[in-house]
Amino acid sequence: MDSGIITALVTLSAIGAVAAVVLYFIAQKFKVIEDPRIDDVTDALPGANCGGCGYAGCRAFAEAMVKEGTMEGFFCPVGGNDLMKSLSPLLGVEAVEKKPQIAVLRCNGSVKNSPAKYNYDGPKNCTFTHTLSSGEGGCMFGCLGGGECVDACDFDAMYMDPETGLPVVKDNCVACNACVLACPRDLLELRNRGPKDKRIFVACMNQEKGGPAKKNCSVACIGCAACFKVCPHDAITMNNNLAYIDYEKCTLCRKCVEVCPTDAIHEINFKPRPPKAEVTKGDEPKKAPVKKAVVVEEGAAPAPRPAKEPRAESTEVAIEKPKATSTTSEKKEENKSENQNNNQ
Amino acid sequence: MLKTFRIGGVHPKENKMSATAPIEVMEHPKRAVVPVSQHLGVPAKALVKKGDFVKTGQMIAKGEAFISANVHSPFTGKVFKVEETLDSTGFRRMAVIIDVEPDQWMEGIDLKTEIKRDIDLSPEEIVKKIHENGIVGMGGATFPTHVKYMVPEGKKVEYLIINGVECEPYLTSDHRLMLEKGEEMMIGIAILMKGLKVNKCIIGVENNKPDAIALLKDIALKYQGITVEPLKVQYPQGGEKQLIDAVLRRQVPAGKLPLDVGCVVNNVGTCFAVYEAVQKNKPLIERIVTVTGKPVKKPSNFLVRIGTPVDMLLSKAEADVEASGKIINGGPMMGKALVTTDVPVTKGTSGILLMEIAESNRKEEQNCIRCSKCTTVCPQGLEPHLLKVLGKRMDAEACEVERIMDCIECGSCVYTCPAQIPLLDYIRIGKAKTGAMIRNRSRK
Repeated sequence: MDSGIITALVTLSAIGAVAAVVLYFIAQKFKVIEDPRIDDVTDALPGANCGGCGYAGCRAFAEAMVKEGTMEGFFCPVGGNDLMKSLSPLLGVEAVEKKPQIAVLRCNGSVKNSPAKYNYDGPKNCTFTHTLSSGEGGCMFGCLGGGECVDACDFDAMYMDPETGLPVVKDNCVACNACVLACPRDLLELRNRGPKDKRIFVACMNQEKGGPAKKNCSVACIGCAACFKVCPHDAITMNNNLAYIDYEKCTLCRKCVEVCPTDAIHEINFKPRPPKAEVTKGDEPKKAPVKKAVVVEEGAAPAPRPAKEPRAESTEVAIEKPKATSTTSEKKEENKSENQNNNQ
Repeated sequence: MLKTFRIGGVHPKENKMSATAPIEVMEHPKRAVVPVSQHLGVPAKALVKKGDFVKTGQMIAKGEAFISANVHSPFTGKVFKVEETLDSTGFRRMAVIIDVEPDQWMEGIDLKTEIKRDIDLSPEEIVKKIHENGIVGMGGATFPTHVKYMVPEGKKVEYLIINGVECEPYLTSDHRLMLEKGEEMMIGIAILMKGLKVNKCIIGVENNKPDAIALLKDIALKYQGITVEPLKVQYPQGGEKQLIDAVLRRQVPAGKLPLDVGCVVNNVGTCFAVYEAVQKNKPLIERIVTVTGKPVKKPSNFLVRIGTPVDMLLSKAEADVEASGKIINGGPMMGKALVTTDVPVTKGTSGILLMEIAESNRKEEQNCIRCSKCTTVCPQGLEPHLLKVLGKRMDAEACEVERIMDCIECGSCVYTCPAQIPLLDYIRIGKAKTGAMIRNRSRK
């Protein structure tokens, strides 16, 4: 046998052996000690990497949670409370319960409710249209119908309704917040699902005064404050001609829905009220417009719709609620909360 | 051989229908809407409130930020309201609404028509006057003029360049101004030269305005250091960077200002406004607006007070609004379509263009055939077909690498595209996304 081969074999083996030893010591020296719980938690997470928790992905979320050693302030909207509970033995800390949420669209400016005032001829892209103009319907706060929220949804929980031109949130929404961030007009909001998925919200973001708002859209919130005055639980605030229902305070009594003159307040998943008009209680706020523009008398049928809080830059608080009403309403409030408990 | 800029460019049909129409003075409206933000930068802060009586030329909004401009009342009358009203894009913006009465001018404004030639103010006083009187760039971008004249330490200005190019098809307001107010404009240029402490000035005028070139050359003989440069007709020669390249053969590097190559560029309209502000003490309250297009019976140039509704201009020019598919604020290449004609003329309204229904409709978008025409005509040396793909994908990082922020949105690529792809729309999406990304980054 050629001695060259032997030399080569021996040399390479020697280099290999030396390198192995060096690498071993280097590996020991620079070893990164990682909490094994991080891997465990990562495996337990859904792995959707949707960013709904506020971290870059599931592993980043797990790392942060293990590092902090607490589950307070951490929540995976995809897995929900069940998942968080299953994580608590892994981390040895108590899970913090959070009410399940769903995204709602705070606009009902469908093709019918807010007819086009001119023709927009350009790319269908919300961000772009928003920089150019107020939108075909004329409302500078309303939905542009470009579907950027639908594109942003990783869970197939949204679609564009071709009839209304508005996006629809389906029931499988996990409240990951992606659509909320995608909308250039802040029309989507995460709200508590409520008992039996019942929810009430103002489906409008228009901060203009009543006249101009109504001119562009028949179902706009005109800032009349009727709901604000009737609410027995102080759940409604008025800011910049716009009502906002606080879902934490709301007891779903539906009084506001009854008094709203423009049907801007939507109720979803409620049973139809016996004597009043018939309304199909679709899960999706979108279906509501069918019953639109019924000239609302007292107690007209409820229309499902989403609403949202005033934008951050809103400054003026329009109306101070008179205190006198609150005393009379306290009794009702008690009743309401009882009912509420029964429901739950 | 006439000069022009060296990269790209197109030559759309000029259609200067109103070139021979002398400037007419527009009547006053019954009610005027004066937006407090008519310039690039921070909106001015309204100084008046409902019920106040304002005189013509009185300051009604003060621009407090560095890049901002004052707004003056174009009319005399009672303030009906200070509230948000529709602007030309359908958004609501703060405006002062005035019920117009016969004119009572503010004290100190010289209304005599005779030309005042002597410039007796110091450079600092000139810049102060420009600032006080709310002068902004009249070419359409409405950049506050005084900012350009606050030259930072260490920067040396050699040339003042005056933009009399008017490269947009249809528009003739600058052309008419040069013909009818040439003398005043030239004094305005002399004032600006003094304000800038330079002794060389070049006026660039495209060769399709031979009458204006001849007249300006004649007047310029009386002034030292001012030359008139006839230029080959080429769009977008009115862009700052293109104009500097055309007259001086200097290229402004990406992301830099004309100041970095020793130039300051101003529009002829700005020079006239500066003359009025410095010599006559008259703030910027009126401008020349071209109303033109095929559905217009009498294409005209009007001297219009700011705040006059566009409706009035259209009816005076006998425009057939029903027959037009689009009404554009500005020229056909860079102007924006109005969503309603119930909007006021602002400092930046250089023209109102009506387009026939047939010519305003977009043609069907076809596939890109990689003909590279858009790359050839891009005056900034970009690749519009690539930017369009990236913009559509909203890939802000890649857009930035491909220098999307250098795009001046001139529309040459869209004009030349044989597949009728609305390249610029997609590029604007990319610019919006990239701009947001850059702002976020600098905030951190």
